[in-house]
Amino acid sequence: MNFALLRCCVTSIFLKQYESATNAVLGALGIGLVDIKEFNCCGYPLKNFDLKAYALSSARNLALAEKLQLNILTLCNCCYGTVKHVEHLMKTDSSLNKEINTTLEKEQLTYRGGVEPKHLFQILYHDIGLDTIRQKLVKTYENLKVAVHYGCHLLRPNNVVQFDNPFAPSIFDQLVEITGAKSVPWTAKLECCGSPLWGVNDDLSLDLTQTKLSNARTAGADYLCVICPYCQIQFDRVQRIMHSRRSGASTLPSLVYTQLLGLCLGLDRKSLGLEINELPGTAVDRYFAPETGAREATAASA
Amino acid sequence: MFYKLSLYAALAIFGLGLVYKISAWFRYRIGVDARGTSPAARVGAAVKGILLTLFSGKIITLLKVFVLDVILQVKVFREDFPRWLMHMFIIGGFMMLLLFHALEKYVSYVLFAGYYPTVNPFIFLRDVFGALVVIGVGIAIYRRVTLKGRRLRTNAQDQYAIAILAVIMISGILLHGSKILSFTRYEEMVQEYTIQADEQDLKGLEAYWVKEYGLLSPGSREPFDAETLERGKLVNEMSCLQCHSRPQAAFLSYSVASLMRPVGVALDRAQLPNILWYIHFLACFVGLAYLPFSRMFHIIASPISLLTNAVMERGKSDPANIATRQVMELDACTHCGTCSMRCSVGIVFEQIHNVNILPSEKIGSLKALAAGKELSRQELSTILEGMYLCTNCYRCTVACPAGINLQDLWFGVREVLLEKGYPEFLVLSPLSYYRGLMSETIDGGRSGKAPDLARGAIVAGCDAKVIQDRTVPLALGDSTLRKKMETSLQAQTFSHCFRCVTCSNACPVVRNYRTPQEVLGLLPHQIMHAVGLRLWDLVFSAKMLWDCLGCYQCQQQCPQGVCVADVLYELKSVAITRTREKIAAETGVKA
Repeated sequence: MNFALLRCCVTSIFLKQYESATNAVLGALGIGLVDIKEFNCCGYPLKNFDLKAYALSSARNLALAEKLQLNILTLCNCCYGTVKHVEHLMKTDSSLNKEINTTLEKEQLTYRGGVEPKHLFQILYHDIGLDTIRQKLVKTYENLKVAVHYGCHLLRPNNVVQFDNPFAPSIFDQLVEITGAKSVPWTAKLECCGSPLWGVNDDLSLDLTQTKLSNARTAGADYLCVICPYCQIQFDRVQRIMHSRRSGASTLPSLVYTQLLGLCLGLDRKSLGLEINELPGTAVDRYFAPETGAREATAASA
Repeated sequence: MFYKLSLYAALAIFGLGLVYKISAWFRYRIGVDARGTSPAARVGAAVKGILLTLFSGKIITLLKVFVLDVILQVKVFREDFPRWLMHMFIIGGFMMLLLFHALEKYVSYVLFAGYYPTVNPFIFLRDVFGALVVIGVGIAIYRRVTLKGRRLRTNAQDQYAIAILAVIMISGILLHGSKILSFTRYEEMVQEYTIQADEQDLKGLEAYWVKEYGLLSPGSREPFDAETLERGKLVNEMSCLQCHSRPQAAFLSYSVASLMRPVGVALDRAQLPNILWYIHFLACFVGLAYLPFSRMFHIIASPISLLTNAVMERGKSDPANIATRQVMELDACTHCGTCSMRCSVGIVFEQIHNVNILPSEKIGSLKALAAGKELSRQELSTILEGMYLCTNCYRCTVACPAGINLQDLWFGVREVLLEKGYPEFLVLSPLSYYRGLMSETIDGGRSGKAPDLARGAIVAGCDAKVIQDRTVPLALGDSTLRKKMETSLQAQTFSHCFRCVTCSNACPVVRNYRTPQEVLGLLPHQIMHAVGLRLWDLVFSAKMLWDCLGCYQCQQQCPQGVCVADVLYELKSVAITRTREKIAAETGVKA
C-alpha cells in the first residue's frame, strides 16, 4: 500500500521524533510513503481568516494526490480534519468547488473528487488490522496505564471526518491496548487539548491543558498518549512552559502513539526519539512485561 | 586609452561598491538581534567569531560546506537538476572565460607555453565555455517563462542579470564571428605578420584563407587554381599557422560567421567588429562596476551565507553576529524562487494577493526595511501580513541554495514589526502557535500584546454604546455582512438554531469560567441568535468569537444540524474584513 504523506508543518521544528517514529512504524508494517514535494500546508491555520484560502490549500493537495492517483495519509488530526472538511466542501458546495478549481487550473491542476483522505489510525485499524499488528509485536507493556487523548478533529464533526463514534470512540483505545497497556477511563478524554489558543490566549489555553492533565492524573494514568502533533506539543513543550508559569501542577508526560507502538515493535530507539520529548518519555521502558523466559525464572525463584 | 580608462573606472566603482555593500552588513539593522548593537561592536564580534571558528574543529565543517554546497551546489542538485545544470554551465563557463580569456594576460600566457587565443585547443575551448554559458542562460530564460505560474516571479534585477550575461556572451560570439569574416582584420594581420612576401604570395595567401579560414574577401572568390592555393598554403605555414589555427574549431563563432556571410562585406565596411568590440568590453565593465549593486552580488554573499550558516546557531552564536549575518543574507539571495515554490503557504498568494507571502519576495521588503527606508503604515502592514502568513515549517530554509536561514529572518523581523503597534489580525489564528512556542525567547511577555491589539482593534470598530448598554437598535443591522457570511452553505445553517443552549453547554471554553457571559460577552447560542438579528457589534465584540477553539463540540451536539463552529469561523473572517474596511475608511490604510 502506498500513500502520499501529508506532513504537518509544526512537526519540522518542534516534533522531529514524530516524523521519524511514524516513518519507522509504517515501514515496519509495510506501508509505503510517497513524498509529494509540491504539497503545501493543509490550510488549517487560515480557517479563522479566509475560508477560500483555507479551502484552496487543501484542495491543491487533493488535486496533486489525485494526479498521481495516490491516497493522502495524514498523521495530524488538524490536517485530517481540514482535508476531510475541504473534501466535503468540494463535494457539497458547487460554487466554491468551481471557484477553487478555476484557481487551481493556473497550475494545470483540478480536483475531481477521487481521493479519500485517510488518517494513520484508519490505516492501522482498518487496512492493516489489530491482529496483524499484534503478530509483529516483540514486546508488550504490563501495568502501564495510559490516558488516551483522541483529539478533536479526528472525531468531530463526525458527518465530515467519519472516523469513529464521536461520543464513545474506541479505535484508539483498542490500538493502545494491543500493546498490553491499559486505557484508563477519564472524563476529559474527548476534550480539546487547548493548543488552538496557544499564542493567542495563553491563559485560556493553559486552563484547558491543565484541566485535562489533572483529570488524567486523577484517573491514575502514567502517561498520556496522543496522535496529533498539536496535542503532543501542547502536552509536552507547552506543559513544560506551564510548569514554569503556574505552580502546583504535577507533571504527566505524553507519548505519541507511534512511539508507544514502536517500542513494542522493537524498532530502533533512535528513530523513535523518546529522548527528544521535552518531558521524559524514556521511563516507559519500566513497564515492559518480562520476557517469557525471564517470567518463568521469576516464578521459579518465587 | 578609452579601454583602459573605462576599465579603471569600472574597477574603482566595483571596489567602492564592495566596500559600501559590505559595510552595510555592519551598519544596517534588521530583526530583534540588531537591537542595541553598534556597527563597531559588530565588526569586533565578527572578527572574533571568524578567528574563533577558523581555529576550531568547525573548520572541517566549513571545508565540507565549501566543497559540497559552494562549489558543487549539492543543494540545487537535490532540488532541481535542470537548474543545477543551468547554474553549473553559467558559473563554470563564465569562470573559465574570465580566467583564461578576459584575464589571459595574467593567466593563460603565464600557464601555457605557446598560448595564443587563436590556436587550438584554446580557440576551440573558448567556444566550448561560451556555449556552456549560452545554454545556461537559455535554461534560465526558459525557466523564468515556463515556471511563471508556479509562483516564480521575475523582477527587474533578474531581467538585468540575464540580460547583462546575454549581452556579454552574444557580443563576444558575434565579435569573433565577424572577425573571422573580416577582410580589414585580415589585412591588418598580413601587415603585421607576413615577412618577405611578394604579391603572388599574398594573392595565394588570401585565396588560401578564403578557402580554408572562411575569410570573406571582397576581391577574391572561389574557385582558385591549385597553384595559387599551394603557394598560399606555404605562406600560411610560414607566417600564420604557428599562431592561428583554422577558425572552424571555434564552432560557435564560425557558425555565426556563416550566417553573417551574405552581408559580411557590408558589415565589415561598417566596422562591425570594432563596434562589437566596444559593446563586448563595455558590457563586461558595466557588469563589473554594477556587480556589487546587482543580484550578481550573490557571487560573493551566497558562499559567505552558506559558510556562516553552517557554523552559526541562534542561542549559541553572538547576537551581534546574527544581526550582521541577517543583513548579509539579504544580499545572498539570488531570487531563484526555490523558497516560494516550496513554501507551505505559497498557494495562498492566489487568494490573498500580497506578494510578501512569498518568501522570495519578502526578501525585497526586508531590504527596504534594513536600509532604514521610511515605509508608510500601509507598506508596513502589508509586509507584516506577509511575514505572519507563515506556518514556520522551515521548508524555505531547508531548500534555500544560498543557505539563508530564512525562518530566522522572518522570526526576528516579525517581532520588530509587531512592535510598531499596528493590529495584525492573523495573530488571532493558529499561525500564532509558533510564536507561542517561542515565547521564552520573546522577552518580557511581549508575545501576548499582539493578540490583544488585534482584538482591541476589532472591538474598537464596533459601536461602543451597543456593547456597553447591551441595547439593541430596533432597525435590523447591516444585511450586506450577512450576505458575505452566507457565501458558503455551512454558514447559512445558523438560521436552524432554536436556542436550546446545547452548544453553549458543550463548549469547553464556556465551561472553563464561573461566569462565562461576563468573560465571553456572548455564548455560542447567543451568537447564533444575534446573527439572525444582525447584531454585528455584539457578535464581533464578543470575546467568545476569538476564544473559540474550533473543537466542534458545539456542532457535533447540535440537535438542529447548525454548523456552530463553522459559523463562528466565518464570522471571524467577516469581522476581520469589516474592521479592515473601517480602518481603511478612517486612515486610508488597507490593513
